Amino acid sequence: MKVGLLYSRIRKDEKLLLEELRERDHDVVKIDVRKQRFSIREPPEAFEGVDVVLDRCLATSRSRYATQFCEAYDIPIVNSAETAEICADKVKNSLALEKAGIPTPNTEVAFTKDAAMQIIESFGYPCVLKPVIGSWGRLMAKIDSKSAAEAILEHKATLGHYEHKVFYVQEFVEKPGRDIRVLAVDGDPVGAMVRSSDHWLTNAAKGAETDSFELDEEATSLVEQASDAVGGGLLGVDLMETGVDENGDPEGYTVHEVNHTVEFKALNDATDVDVTGEVVDWLEAQVEAEVTV
Amino acid sequence: MTDCVECGAEVSLHDNLEVGEIIDCTTCGAELEVIDVEPPELDKAPELEEDWGE
Repeated sequence: MKVGLLYSRIRKDEKLLLEELRERDHDVVKIDVRKQRFSIREPPEAFEGVDVVLDRCLATSRSRYATQFCEAYDIPIVNSAETAEICADKVKNSLALEKAGIPTPNTEVAFTKDAAMQIIESFGYPCVLKPVIGSWGRLMAKIDSKSAAEAILEHKATLGHYEHKVFYVQEFVEKPGRDIRVLAVDGDPVGAMVRSSDHWLTNAAKGAETDSFELDEEATSLVEQASDAVGGGLLGVDLMETGVDENGDPEGYTVHEVNHTVEFKALNDATDVDVTGEVVDWLEAQVEAEVTV
Repeated sequence: MTDCVECGAEVSLHDNLEVGEIIDCTTCGAELEVIDVEPPELDKAPELEEDWGE
């Protein structure tokens, strides 16, 4: 198959994908999104003849628009524009999870400091303030007091981009020092790991330690539901345990978000699963299904 | 080997270099982007943007 790899940075994840695709003798075209011009009428030359475009754009905004253009050109794209649109925005992400009946942390949104302060006071301390667009744990605030809340809201309102004036407030989940990242293809888990840290943020990008994790039936089902809720595709589903019993087994889960241009190098290192191989297997199946339709 | 565009120090490069890959200069710490592989050519990597990442 001919795969268009749409990128702006080649991270280790993209290198793994490129190596795997080339080893399998697929024709790979690297498409630097920064050099493209997206006409509303016809696709850029670089997209000619590709069977599928794999969106690996680093920037969420580019990913959101490029996927829409690909769909307008009738070029299959992974992930879909719908999935990118929902996953790129924490508000849409939370609404989709809630609508699907998936346990997710209680969340409220306000557009002014005063209204945000009312949410924070009603949630109590600590609670969490997140940017609606963002990743790698950046600009996340765990709010422990009213004075901290006032200061952070003032900073966001004064210094932030307009999106930072959309105040996304979430209840704080007392997770057991770790969260769970599951890589899934159309809801089918490829591999899972726990990310542990003494810090309240347990993102791998923040230096959390990673280890493989065996999904139980409940977690597996939640991953499938969460994937469906955002339109499916190649996704990173993030879960937190809401408590653990005396044996250290999870008592329940909450899904806090689903990621659409998922990085998997940490998972690849943490588990025995050939994550890249499984992703490419799935991609091949996607193209095969497209051809036979 | 090629030179860092920020500090001029020599930057050692690995074998399977890809256009678009980011290399760190071990001398000045600058993030450098591979813009060509034959011969290797580096430029300053773009700054981190607000909406970058998974």
